[in-house]
Amino acid sequence: MLRIECPCCGLRDHDEFRYGGDASVARPAHDDPDPEAWYRYVYIRTNPAGLHREFWQHVTGCRQWLVVERDTRNHAIASVDLARKSSARKSPARNPPA
Amino acid sequence: MARYSAFSIFRNALSGQKNWQRAWRAAEPKPSYDVIVIGGGGHGLATAFYLAENHGIRNVAVLEKGYIGGGNVGRNTTVIRSNYLLDGNTQFYEFSMKLWEGMSRALNFNVMFSQRGQLVTAHSADQLDGFSHRANIMRLNGIDADILDREDVRHLVPYLDFSDTARFPIHGAIFQGRAGTARHDAVAWGYARAADGHGVDIIQNCEVTDFLRDGDRIVGVETTKGRIGAGKVGLAVAGHTSVLGAKAGLELPIESHVLQAFVTEPLKPLVDQVVAYGADHFYVSQSDKGGLVFGGNLDGYNSYAQRGNLGVVREVAEAAIALMPCISRVRLLRHWGGVMDMTPDASPIICPTPIEGLYLNGGWCYGGFKATPASGWCFAHTIATGKPHPLIAAYGLDRFRTGHTLDEAGAGPSAWLQ
Repeated sequence: MLRIECPCCGLRDHDEFRYGGDASVARPAHDDPDPEAWYRYVYIRTNPAGLHREFWQHVTGCRQWLVVERDTRNHAIASVDLARKSSARKSPARNPPA
Repeated sequence: MARYSAFSIFRNALSGQKNWQRAWRAAEPKPSYDVIVIGGGGHGLATAFYLAENHGIRNVAVLEKGYIGGGNVGRNTTVIRSNYLLDGNTQFYEFSMKLWEGMSRALNFNVMFSQRGQLVTAHSADQLDGFSHRANIMRLNGIDADILDREDVRHLVPYLDFSDTARFPIHGAIFQGRAGTARHDAVAWGYARAADGHGVDIIQNCEVTDFLRDGDRIVGVETTKGRIGAGKVGLAVAGHTSVLGAKAGLELPIESHVLQAFVTEPLKPLVDQVVAYGADHFYVSQSDKGGLVFGGNLDGYNSYAQRGNLGVVREVAEAAIALMPCISRVRLLRHWGGVMDMTPDASPIICPTPIEGLYLNGGWCYGGFKATPASGWCFAHTIATGKPHPLIAAYGLDRFRTGHTLDEAGAGPSAWLQ
C-alpha cells in the first residue's frame, strides 16, 4: 500500500488522501492575456517516469494540502511538505519549471 | 506464410503436429527502414500490417521493448463496443467494429471475436433518458442500439440485484447486440503473423532509447540493438507516450495512470453478455475458461508501475457485489495493472506531429483495445500519406490548444478523473 507521512497526522494510508495532480505546474497571473500560457497550465504535463512533485489533500485527516515527491515507477516517497509552505503555485510564471 | 485452415490441422496431424512453422520470424534489425513503428502492441502491429496491406509499404519494422503481447494488448479486459456519443468518436469506433467483424478472416487467425452484446444499466429515469439520447445518435449513424426497460433487463440478466433493497435500483439499460469480446493475445499474434507475412520485421526486446535527427527532421532511432534509420517513425507506445515524446521534444497533454483488471476462479456459464454498471465504474464479462473478467476505476494518481493498489480492489469488489450479489463469495484468481495514457478529454491522439518524420498514436485512456484495428488502419494512412485519415480528424494534438476537445467522459481536464 502507498502511505504518506502527513506532517500533521503521521504515516497514513493514501486512501485518506485525495490526489491533486502535478504540483510543478504554475498558474499564470490572473490577468495574463496569453492563451498559450493558459493552454500549458491546463493541459501540458511533463508526466515523468521518475520523481514527480504532486498535490495530495488529507481529506479524512487534517484536510491540509500537501506537496509530495513520489517516484511514479515504484511509489517511493522522497519528501512530503505542506503546500502552503512550499513554493508551488506561489509565484505566477509564464512557463512551469522543468 | 502457411495458411491456417481445417485442412492444415488435419495435414499436420499426420506428422504429429510437429511441423508447424513459427508464426513470425525472429527478425534482427536492418540498417534502415521506410517506416519504423515503435511499440509492438496491438496498435503498432496493426499499423505495420495496414501499412503493408493497404499502402504497399513493406520495408517496415516494429520495435518492441519487451515481447509481443506483453503490454496493454495483453492486459485489457477485451471489451469491444461502438456505443459512443460524440461525433468523431461514434464513426471511428463503428469503423473499428466493422473491422473486428472481418478480422479473423482478414488475418487468417482466429481472434475469437464473440459478439455477445453489451449492456450498461441505468439507475434512474434521467440516466435512461441520457442513454436514449446516445442510442438515437448511434442509430442515426447506422449503429445498432436498444433501450431496455427493467423487465427486459431482468429477462436478459436475472442475476443482477433486482431486490427491493438494491442501493441503486435498475431502471433499464442501453444494449448493443454487436458488442462483445475477443481473445486479446490472438489479436496481437494475428496482426504480428499477418504483418510478418507481408515482410514486416518484428523486433522484440529492442527498446528505443532516443531519436536520430537530421536538422529538425527525425531520421531514425537509437535502440538497445543499435542505430536504425527510418524514413518515418510512428509512435504507438500508449502508457509511455510522454517518456518517448519527451525524447523527441514533444510536450503532451497526457498523464500515465494505472488501471487494474481482475479475473476470478472459473465458474459455469453465468454472464452471457458484457455487463457494465451504470451507477459506478464496473464492467464484467466471462471468459471462455469461465473466469469473470472485470475492471473498474483508475488508481487515481500518476503511475508507471504496472501494478495497482488494494484500495481500488476493494472499491471494484464493492461495485461488483452491489450489482451482482451472487458473486460475493467467488474468489479472485489474479489482478494486474496496465499503464494508461490518460488525456484531459478521454479521447485518443492520432496525428502527424510538429516534428517532421514523427507520427503520434497514443492517449488511449481506457479504450485502446476496441480501437485496435481502426487505429492501425488510420495511423497507417496517416504515416503513408502524411495527412490524417478523415476518421481521425478529430483526434489531432492541437485540439486542446484550439478548444475542440472531445470530452466523451465530460470529466474536465483532470486526467485522473476521466
